[in-house]
Amino acid sequence: MIAIVDYGLGNIANLTNALTYLGYEVKVTHDVEELEQADQIILPGVGHFKDAMTRLNELDLIPELKKLKETKPFIGICLGMQLLFEHSEEGNVNGLNFLPGQVKKMTCKLPVPHLGWNKLDAPNASLNEDVYFIHSYKVHTEENVVAKATYEDDVVAIVQKDNIIGIQFHPEKSGDKGLQILDQALKGGYIK
Amino acid sequence: MIKKRIIPCLDVKDGVVVKGIQFKGLREIGDPVELAKRYNALGADELVFLDISATQTGNALMLDVISKTAKELFIPMTIGGGLKSIEDISAVLNAGADKVSLNSAALKNPDLINETSEKFGAQCICIAIDAKWEEDKQDWFCYTHGGKQRTDIRTIDWIKEVERRGAGELLVTSMDYDGMQNGFDHKLLSIIQKEVTIPIIASGGAGSAEDFISLFLETDVSAGLAASIFHDQDVSIQQVKDLCDSKGVPVRHV
Repeated sequence: MIAIVDYGLGNIANLTNALTYLGYEVKVTHDVEELEQADQIILPGVGHFKDAMTRLNELDLIPELKKLKETKPFIGICLGMQLLFEHSEEGNVNGLNFLPGQVKKMTCKLPVPHLGWNKLDAPNASLNEDVYFIHSYKVHTEENVVAKATYEDDVVAIVQKDNIIGIQFHPEKSGDKGLQILDQALKGGYIK
Repeated sequence: MIKKRIIPCLDVKDGVVVKGIQFKGLREIGDPVELAKRYNALGADELVFLDISATQTGNALMLDVISKTAKELFIPMTIGGGLKSIEDISAVLNAGADKVSLNSAALKNPDLINETSEKFGAQCICIAIDAKWEEDKQDWFCYTHGGKQRTDIRTIDWIKEVERRGAGELLVTSMDYDGMQNGFDHKLLSIIQKEVTIPIIASGGAGSAEDFISLFLETDVSAGLAASIFHDQDVSIQQVKDLCDSKGVPVRHV
């Protein structure tokens, strides 16, 4: 069973739809026992970084997430990926600090949000597909980067450190190729 | 490189897809879920559903359409039409919409843009603008209620305001060009695009694959939206994309 962490932010309906379509059993929950029973954890998120951290704090989920990421595949998607890092400019707050890096507002001449289909660039050629991005902040890190995209500058698109995976785009909204990438994350990820 | 998006628009009335010409004279096209699946298979980059039902019953049917579509389609889906409150918006997002498109309600109550953007994130707020040129005023004005009611709000003022208030995207329909199938309104779109930094979806006037090419070569808009030409199968999404390839316009292929 996959647990999607329910903390009141994010378009969980579509993630649930995609996982169900892929044949997984899904539970949307913030119940500690259920989270601990899960085989994999997905931290979703759409919205504001500070609100997300506030909600996670209010639900007292942060110590639990720290524990879960030690033992299970732990996948952050979109804002859920950004939360894995040290700090964000969005609301000027600290994140979960599972991975080294900073989240900063995108500054470029092209329109922001970075919205639409953009090609992944990864050494692992199976990832080099068009996927759907929609975000205004991006992760700055040199470490654990599995795939990037180019939007004037580099955009970190997928990170992986052991069992922790971050996906900046929306695999559940990136057509069949996106579903394959999501499935791969749940089956251990992109690095051997 | 980011791809130019080709977006079919499905006007839904009481659970059925319909199409009007210059916002008048509706005719039935078909079942929304089936059409959505067809467009997904044909390579649509995104879908826009506009609910043009006038009744509460229509609204319940719309939630059902969204929910059924979202279970089978894994591309972004924008829902608009008749959304008035945070509760309405929340309901369509929970049913499986990725973005909402607001028009009349935002013009009537601009604070709704700020509230929605703060609550759900700028990325899911697309402001739809129905703009009509007035020769005597030499300017475009915004219309509400599916193009039936004129407002005194200048389109150029409004787009700047909605961006400031937290909109993540604009869906700009030229009422003068809509349904005419003579190409997009490049003049309007070029002016708007200079005033905002958020992505723009161009709507109204697509009559051929070439019209999309001209749009993308002559303006910097992010996406082109059309209804009739795709529904009538005059032009396929693949034809548009193949032509884009041959002219060096970046598009996604399935």
